[in-house]
Amino acid sequence: MADEVKQEAPVNFKVTIDNITIEVAPGTTVLNAARQIGGDVTPPAMCYYSKLEGSGGKCRTCLVEIAAGSEKDPRPMPKLMASCRTTVMDGMVVKNITSERVQDARAGVVEFLLLNHPLDCPICDQAGECHLQDLGYDHGKEGTRYEFKRRTFEKEDIGPFIQLHMTRCILCYRCTYVADQLTDKRVHGILDRGDHAEISTYISKAIDNDFSGNMIDVCPVGALTDKTFRFKNRVWFTKPVDAHRDCDKCCGKVTLWNRGDEVLRVTARKDTWGEVQSYDNKPGWICNTCRFDKKKTSDWVIEGVTNINRHSVIAQNKYNGLVVPKETITDVMGGRDPKLLMDIHDVSDVNDPSIDLSLIEGPATSKTFEKKEE
Amino acid sequence: MGKQLTNRGKEVDRSPMTFLESIYLWNIIKGMGITISHLFKKKATINYPEQKRSFSKVFRGLHVLNRDAEGRENCTACGLCAVACPAEAITMEAAERLPGEEHLYREEKYAAKYEINMLRCIFCGLCEEACPKDAIYLSETFAPANYSRKGFIYKKEDLVIPHPIHEKEAYEKARGGRVEINKKD
Repeated sequence: MADEVKQEAPVNFKVTIDNITIEVAPGTTVLNAARQIGGDVTPPAMCYYSKLEGSGGKCRTCLVEIAAGSEKDPRPMPKLMASCRTTVMDGMVVKNITSERVQDARAGVVEFLLLNHPLDCPICDQAGECHLQDLGYDHGKEGTRYEFKRRTFEKEDIGPFIQLHMTRCILCYRCTYVADQLTDKRVHGILDRGDHAEISTYISKAIDNDFSGNMIDVCPVGALTDKTFRFKNRVWFTKPVDAHRDCDKCCGKVTLWNRGDEVLRVTARKDTWGEVQSYDNKPGWICNTCRFDKKKTSDWVIEGVTNINRHSVIAQNKYNGLVVPKETITDVMGGRDPKLLMDIHDVSDVNDPSIDLSLIEGPATSKTFEKKEE
Repeated sequence: MGKQLTNRGKEVDRSPMTFLESIYLWNIIKGMGITISHLFKKKATINYPEQKRSFSKVFRGLHVLNRDAEGRENCTACGLCAVACPAEAITMEAAERLPGEEHLYREEKYAAKYEINMLRCIFCGLCEEACPKDAIYLSETFAPANYSRKGFIYKKEDLVIPHPIHEKEAYEKARGGRVEINKKD
């Protein structure tokens, strides 16, 4: 009998998500099955991170409606399920964008996530690549109904490279999984409970692990940002370029965020889902040396311009196949250089060639710009 | 006569002129009549420097960078005006507010440098529209003329509105009776 059942059990489970049927291996979560289909049917995820073991199940943005549990038991599940934690069954029918209940619940979840999240996107360095911003635009309501004081925290310095803004945190726990799984000594976790819960280092210990910088990449909001990039430029004014270098600690494959030739920021490369890209099924985490110390173009081998989604604000004002016309003045003047030619740096203070922002450790302050005027 | 597109065309009369027409007197009197009649009509022009026309409510002139009621700069260098600008006239560089500078800047981050290239600007007002901090406004001032191109790169000292407490008169003038400061904060 048992043998019979074993033979009949299908190798792959058939699951239907928003009327699209796909065969996936048993044990796959609904979210990952939807990601295999791709496009609009994929539920958004704020806390689930496929490269971090045990992540997911916390933010509730990936809620889906299970219209039929399986072929054998086609009853619908009474409540919306977190798709990152629900594994598929054979014959399961899932509704995501086709379900009004899900859309409504998601708008509610976004509202909850934004209860304590400050509206400081104009200041936040994550703006433009923030998953919560995208989620808010796609699923959120226009205004807020919240009338009370937002949760605030004492400012805490967690080291020279990473800036923690606890007010922006949505408690997705991704960074603690990074600390747990990528670094040998976990010095960074969640203190207190409930509304008081906060990400912190244990007794304000500085994070000095080699891979701690990856917390910045996994953070879906601007709670953990790069201090060496802080306030230096907006993400959408920098130009992302794929580059690599020989690194003895990590894969060395990164994206450089340039202003002209200045490397303002280094991050790991991201895939379609905003997660760190994998190479040969190994996530391409990068080490702190690559991320924080190699801020010169000469440190890197440039591979080419990063492919950015056309709809992203980062793709704004970037001209593909830009043809710079040839300078004809010297030809017309018979080989002589023009005597009067305005150098923009004579007039403009912005992008001063004597101040290389990429080489300043923290954010620029009034002192940075004072020095130049002396 | 060829095919006519409208019925407004008149065929030219090419018959030889009569004696009365050839001395031109009648035509001169007709023309002077039109000229003299205008002396008694309402003028279409005004004596500009002495008289000025009122601005339209949606007039878009030179930019001002606004301050709040306490005189702190509103701009946080979020870059939305620059990304919205179709002429790419706006550039800026941000800096972090140091302790002790709280009376100068409203937020943690501020625009250390902010420049508008008035030669590029098309005064479309999209920067004003994009600004989340009520920081940039298009005022009722025309862009003045200048002898060199250098004079058209407007920096922060040209753009920031006078201090509302220390330079009250200049501030009111720069507001031009139109720019509302955000009183909520």
